Amino acid sequence: MPQTGLTQTRWGRRLVIALPYLWLALFFILPFLIVLKLSLSQTAMAQPPYLPVLDLAAGWQGLKDFIGALSFENYRFLFSDMLYVGAYLRSLSIALVSTVLLALLGLPVAYAVARAPRRWQPLLITAVILPFWTAFLIRIYAWINILQREGLLNDLLMALRIIDQPVAWLASDTAVYIGIVYSYLPFMVLPVYAALEKMDESLLEAAADLGCPRWKTFWLVTLPLALPGIFAGALLCFIPIVGEFVIPDLLGGSQSVMIGQTLWTEFFSNKDWPVASALAVMLFALLLIPIVIYQRLQTRELEGR
Amino acid sequence: MAKDGAGAAGGMTDAAARPPLVRFEAVTKRFGGVAAVNNLSLDIGAGEFFGLLGPSGCGKSTLLRMLAGFETPDEGRILLDGRDIAAMPPHLRPVNMMFQSYALFPHLTVAGNVAFGLKQEHLSRPEIERRVAEMLALVQLHDLGGRKPHQLSGGQRQRVALARALVKRPKVFLLDEPLAALDKKLRAETQFELMALQEKLGLSFIVVTHDQEEAMTMADRIGVMSQGRLAQVGTAAEIYEQPATRWVAEFIGDVNLLEGTVSEAAGEAVTVTTSAGTLRATSPGAVAPGQSVAVAIRPEKFHISAEQPAGEAGNGLAGEVTDVGYLGDMSLYKVKLDTGIVVKAASVNVTRLLQRPIGWNQRVWLTFAPDAAVVLTS
Ligand SMILES: Nc1ncnc2c1ncn2[C@@H]1O[C@H](COP(=O)(O)OP(=O)(O)OP(=O)(O)O)[C@@H](O)[C@H]1O
Ligand SMILES: [Mg+2]
Repeated sequence: MPQTGLTQTRWGRRLVIALPYLWLALFFILPFLIVLKLSLSQTAMAQPPYLPVLDLAAGWQGLKDFIGALSFENYRFLFSDMLYVGAYLRSLSIALVSTVLLALLGLPVAYAVARAPRRWQPLLITAVILPFWTAFLIRIYAWINILQREGLLNDLLMALRIIDQPVAWLASDTAVYIGIVYSYLPFMVLPVYAALEKMDESLLEAAADLGCPRWKTFWLVTLPLALPGIFAGALLCFIPIVGEFVIPDLLGGSQSVMIGQTLWTEFFSNKDWPVASALAVMLFALLLIPIVIYQRLQTRELEGR
Repeated sequence: MAKDGAGAAGGMTDAAARPPLVRFEAVTKRFGGVAAVNNLSLDIGAGEFFGLLGPSGCGKSTLLRMLAGFETPDEGRILLDGRDIAAMPPHLRPVNMMFQSYALFPHLTVAGNVAFGLKQEHLSRPEIERRVAEMLALVQLHDLGGRKPHQLSGGQRQRVALARALVKRPKVFLLDEPLAALDKKLRAETQFELMALQEKLGLSFIVVTHDQEEAMTMADRIGVMSQGRLAQVGTAAEIYEQPATRWVAEFIGDVNLLEGTVSEAAGEAVTVTTSAGTLRATSPGAVAPGQSVAVAIRPEKFHISAEQPAGEAGNGLAGEVTDVGYLGDMSLYKVKLDTGIVVKAASVNVTRLLQRPIGWNQRVWLTFAPDAAVVLTS
């Protein structure tokens, strides 16, 4: 009967729409609520290592006790200790500087690829994403090899007589920046390339025709048209860099840590799940702004500007 | 007569008599060994509206792009105002182009697009604003200055492209298929607007098109291009009434080509023996008896009648109608001559269709004046 067919399609459609929401609820909202609850709890020498625990058997009274025991104590603690505030600020500044470096490096790379002969472009793009074929951790260990005292970099610089003493690259901010820029470069190059590749070549001819020299055309036409790509790439890099753990842990020094490392220490070394959770919630709150900006940018891009 | 040099093949109009503003001297451009423009010479006068007509891929765009500076000729020279512009980069040439794709800057507003070229001239802000406003008013876009190109209709975008190039007050304005994206009515309107603009501004226009009607409507002179060469240069009337070659005759409008040999030649008046009979025609150039030629007759030059014409049996062809096409303003007939050859004839529908006396399978007589038929030697 046609009636049933119609109802079935409607249900089918609803299911299709509901699926991503279910996914989000299950794997994003639920875990986040758990972390949020943890951040409002206190540590305890128990199993699980925090209080309060919701006692369902105690019924209504149990729920009241549970809610009453939650507090913002952990957040107050985070703000009272300069260790945490400092880690946040460091993470933000490292992410910011890295993103600027990435943009400065990624734009010329993307531009070069986009201006290369058509038939070379797929190959060049493959070259940009080639590092992904190797495990991330292995690539970072490779950098340890390169940057260590008797490593490749020092050998090279000494062979070129630029330095005469090996430099201690490792365990420094320089090493962290090198690691981050190296790891995130494809995330900057790809969106910028996509923006440049979409650009109509005849726009460059039109600019020349209207009396604009080449170098100026870059500033007046190419760069503005690449800007959405640069912005997307910047957010795509900035957001995960703030929470980066592996790179600063392996390449950075112990005296200056990023928020990801602080979180790791709280969770695994200090077994302070509530403080670790509060750190995570704060990190999320901090990144919410750029994430929202990124979302709106994407929507605008989809709507065709 | 694929002779090079506008003077040789060109029509002697006012425009051609003026000193040439643009001169192509034996210009050749090759792409991968194949010549897109082949040893082409052409003069274009100041204030002239020149139409470049030709089939797809014949090198029209390449010719314009060489003048604009986006392609460099492999051989020959291009002179602007008597000066070789080979060494001049595109952004310094006093030539502006309206692109086939419009190539509007998507990140700039309409006003920003129009102002772009003026900003490169380092004019003062008020001066730029004044000229932009003036130009937008001219193309009737004054209330849309704040819009982005993607918020405009196709016709409006085309006007922005026009305004953006024109505001630069170039010496030569190049238009590469400017109206290709417009519908028929808007196209006709824009054609007249372009002509009015050209008259008003007194610039030289070179318009590329593969629409012959468009070229004939707008241009003072037309260059018909074929495979990188100019097959003929002349006014619309010259090209239509006196095509230089069989190819031009067939490319511009409809034509009947009757092959034959010259049997008598006395100055312009020539008698040709063709398979359709002996015809009297006119030859613009000298021909000798025995030479093989073609007689070109446009369909509308025939007078079609259902009765055998009385009097002198001059240029008369008898046959049977095999096909009738009713086009509203005119009717097209396919007539199978008694000699077996099929020709096309057209007549204006002065009377209403119902009263039209000529129909299928009817026996008809086609007559034409000797000066309506042109003898073609190549
Ligand atoms: N950049 C290029 N590389 C290689 N071949 C080209 C290039 N530009 C044009 N050609 C070739 O040169 C010839 C002339 O091209 P052109 O664009 O001038 O034709 P056109 O007369 O403008 O045709 P249309 O009416 O289709 O625009 C064509 O055969 C084309 O394939
Ligand atoms: Mg073209």
